[in-house]
Amino acid sequence: MSKSINVALIGNPNTGKTSIFNQLTGLKQKVGNYPGITVEKKEGICKLPRGVKAHILDLPGTYSLNTTSLDESLVVELLLNKNDKDFPDVAVVITDVENLKRNLFLFTQIKDLKIPAILVINMADRMSRKGISLDIEAMEKQLDTKIALVSTRKGEGIDRIKELIADYRSLSTAPNLDASRISPDYFKNLQKAFPNEDPYKLWLVITQDVNFMPIEKKQIQDATSFFTKSKEELKKLQHRETVLRYQFINDTLKSTYKVDQLAAKGLRASIDKILTHKVFGYLIFFAILLLIFQTIFEWSSYPMDFIDEQFAAASEWIKNTLPAGLFTDLLAEGILAGIGGVVIFIPQIAFLFLFISLLEESGYMSRVVFLMDRLMRPFGLSGKSVVPLISGNACAIPAIMATRTIENWKERLITILVTPFTTCSARLPVYLILIALVIPEGSVLGLSYQALTLMLLYLLGFGMALFSAMVLDKILKIKSRSLFMVEMPTYRMPLIKNVGYTVLEKTKSFVFGAGKIILALSIVLWFLGSNGYSDDFQNAEEIVSERITNEGLSTYSNNYIQTNIDSYLEEVKSEGLAPSAVQDSVQTLTAELTESAKAQEIASYKLEHSYIGQAGKAFEPIVKPLGYDWKIGIAVLTSFAAREVFVGTLATIYSVGSDEEETIQNRMAAELDDDGKPLFNLATGVSLMLFYALAMQCMSTLAIVKRETNSWKWPMIQLGFMSVLAYVVALAAYQILA
Amino acid sequence: MASVIDLAYGQKGIIKDFSEHVLPIKLLELGCLPGNSVELVQIAPLNDPIYINLNGSHIAIRRSLAQLIELDIVEETQAP
Repeated sequence: MSKSINVALIGNPNTGKTSIFNQLTGLKQKVGNYPGITVEKKEGICKLPRGVKAHILDLPGTYSLNTTSLDESLVVELLLNKNDKDFPDVAVVITDVENLKRNLFLFTQIKDLKIPAILVINMADRMSRKGISLDIEAMEKQLDTKIALVSTRKGEGIDRIKELIADYRSLSTAPNLDASRISPDYFKNLQKAFPNEDPYKLWLVITQDVNFMPIEKKQIQDATSFFTKSKEELKKLQHRETVLRYQFINDTLKSTYKVDQLAAKGLRASIDKILTHKVFGYLIFFAILLLIFQTIFEWSSYPMDFIDEQFAAASEWIKNTLPAGLFTDLLAEGILAGIGGVVIFIPQIAFLFLFISLLEESGYMSRVVFLMDRLMRPFGLSGKSVVPLISGNACAIPAIMATRTIENWKERLITILVTPFTTCSARLPVYLILIALVIPEGSVLGLSYQALTLMLLYLLGFGMALFSAMVLDKILKIKSRSLFMVEMPTYRMPLIKNVGYTVLEKTKSFVFGAGKIILALSIVLWFLGSNGYSDDFQNAEEIVSERITNEGLSTYSNNYIQTNIDSYLEEVKSEGLAPSAVQDSVQTLTAELTESAKAQEIASYKLEHSYIGQAGKAFEPIVKPLGYDWKIGIAVLTSFAAREVFVGTLATIYSVGSDEEETIQNRMAAELDDDGKPLFNLATGVSLMLFYALAMQCMSTLAIVKRETNSWKWPMIQLGFMSVLAYVVALAAYQILA
Repeated sequence: MASVIDLAYGQKGIIKDFSEHVLPIKLLELGCLPGNSVELVQIAPLNDPIYINLNGSHIAIRRSLAQLIELDIVEETQAP
């Protein structure tokens, strides 16, 4: 079997690179990270004609080989390093037919690296609307390459790409531009000093901040010291290179690319007039956000209720079917409760990623950057910080990675530090369950109170992010040059397939990433909750039985029995029977209920004296002023790993302490405090929501911040500041409301 | 001297010769070269940033950078 062909997909942002990647690889793709850094690495396998296979690598979008961000450096480093296992046998350069001139700039650079390059002209379906006509054959000749005209929207031209890849050995590797034309003297000296190296590669190593495997950058600097140019002079040469490339491109396009200006009027201008309007622009943006929150809350409640009930039923089934014992308990109370806590949030997370990916795919996100830039600047942020801050509503981890597009280091650092304040999807589970418990139903102006509360929490997160950014802007003394530039791509109907892949991919990584932690913690918690060392735990049954014999059942249990009896009598009455006629069955029912209340009391006594109960009791004094009991305290403590663990932990703790299977939410609603009132009242609920809004309860985010800032200093500052703030605010809220 | 910020909505200008150090290379690569045209598409609220059509590339840049791009404004010949 022959070795598979290494293919790199390269292109400007917004050229439909991802769509082509998806269509080439289908679902045979894998998303990971480049070693040591957090740039997303997407790779996949593509079957070519004649049984050949290609390994496809989707490189980050880049405008040119002149790097200004980490993502771009990565592209250049890979293209310069022949020894890298991903070094491409062939580069597929993807361009957009509407921006061909600019997109070809990168193509000529790749070509000059003498890597076989195929030119893909995408979005061919827009040609007729834009009045564009191409002479492909002549263009192939001028650019000395093979061209595939592709429309990912219609699925056309993909086979042509595959054929060209399979046939890559026949591609010419002659450069488009003779590098020495940039400066004949300089390049002659360069070639003399390194006769075995390609002058254009040397030129890139000199001008870019990248490493070149065969020769270290320093070596070049030493060797070329006798003709080293100053920064200004190098810039002048780069300027000249740019001019030369455009000359070449203009010459090529003059005879091969025609635009009928009359037919070329696009929708972009008229849509932009509205979407970036000084008033309507903001109204539309705000309306879109509102719609998203309303949807996440309303639409996803149906699948969530369904999942919740299924898990309760499954747990019940296991308990009834399998023989009673340790394994059954572990399965029903530990594992299943834990998994349920993750699965239930799939609908919401999927919806959120759906919206974010729709906004990005359609091109609207760039308009948001444009609208928000000036407003963000007083806070030390840029319009580009808006994208991380919005993605932060899905998850802080990709959001912090998305800050890489911010060229200014100070703006970028501030964005990284404040992004964890935005309401990530891990907070949603916590918010949703608390809102459902403590915020009454009902609505104002068609918006439910519950949805409005959620909206307020989102605004609070965003507001805190802005406020801390402003503080940081004042405190941090970092000087850095700013270059703000955003491309405003044409509006496009999002491709369902692309959106689908994104939603699937992100949801999967949430479920498996967070799921592992939650499952492991659930099992540990279950164990700690159903075992104990003290005599109180071992002899729980006798102690509680004795207490009941002497003092009777607790007030809660008596109420519980009374309510059930009352509703039974009510039912009987409606059937037209006299209470006296059912005397016997009332007696039986009372006996049954007393028995179950007793079991319940034993179970909760056991839990209180288990390992976890002991630990929680020790921790209780710290969280007591915030209105939490020891069970919530444990949940807060374990959710330091990840916020959503909170709900899973409570589910496990409560189901350990409960005899019957109920939904998590009902179980929480039934929880009482020392005075016999519902524990989750408005004060506790609000205090908890505020705590989760502000606290840095996520280990993964800390790890990412460490990697992106390259020191432990920033994540530690972040952790300290956010935790203290969360504690103080939650304390104040509880004390005022209680 | 006129620059990008002096353009009216929909008005075009032709980029003049400039010294190399002023503008970032990135901008040149997007087509900000002498002789190319710039059209003003939109100005964001509070007059910043500015959204231009630079030689076919639709980009937004900040006012401070736009000020550095000097040009000759193309006067529209009004049809009678």
